[in-house]
Amino acid sequence: MVYFWAFVVGGTVCALAQLLLMYTKLTPAHVLVLFVSLGAIANGLGLYEPLIRFAGGGALTPVSGFGSAVVSGIVQEVRRLGWIGLFTGVFELTGLGIAAAILVGFSLALVARPKG
Amino acid sequence: MDPKRYRQLVRERLPKPDLARGVTRAFVLGGTIALLGQVVYDIFRAMEPTQGEAVAATLATLILIGGVLTALGVYDNLAEWGGAGAAVPITGFANTIVSAAMDFRREGIVLGLASKMFVIAGPVIVFATVVGLIVGLAKAIYLGLFA
Repeated sequence: MVYFWAFVVGGTVCALAQLLLMYTKLTPAHVLVLFVSLGAIANGLGLYEPLIRFAGGGALTPVSGFGSAVVSGIVQEVRRLGWIGLFTGVFELTGLGIAAAILVGFSLALVARPKG
Repeated sequence: MDPKRYRQLVRERLPKPDLARGVTRAFVLGGTIALLGQVVYDIFRAMEPTQGEAVAATLATLILIGGVLTALGVYDNLAEWGGAGAAVPITGFANTIVSAAMDFRREGIVLGLASKMFVIAGPVIVFATVVGLIVGLAKAIYLGLFA
């Protein structure tokens, strides 16, 4: 059942983003920034972690999951370290994704040429 | 021809973006990538000791897949077909980094590749950090973690 909800929730988030792209003058970068911020706010309201339990990949995969993970990381680190956790927590859960993307981007751009 | 009339003619002839089709495609592609994410997660969940490690391994795998598909030129076709369905998932985050790095490679490794790879991913990281810090601070205060 989690496969079904992963598909539906992940698809719905992307469909909403597409609606914004087609209905408004927002660029893709603006929509991504909006969704990452909404993910962080939804986590703050206690909504995003239940959504991850419910829809798994459907909530983790979209960029909103990235914003949510920043807040989860901060709360986790503040519990452990106090106020300094506000800063160590930002990349606690997201750092791996950023590091992986940098590594993949750097190495692939050295060997691959843009098409067209 | 008078410019006003010309602009009106252009507007009439331009193909109208098909809203229903665009949204359906974004739903299908975004849903499929999320489903793929869930499958990868289930595989790692059986191998990794904690849930957090399984999530981390899943995200890294999706980033690798998105990056390789970008380098092969496949992701651009997916993005053209599925729009936000390709842009919003984490594979799209990898796509923005890898494609910018590839495009600006010819301007040099330091000032091209390395500096321009964040042209779209940069704002995402900045807003995730700023909004995340504000929300995280509020949530930590609300949960009484500073008491």
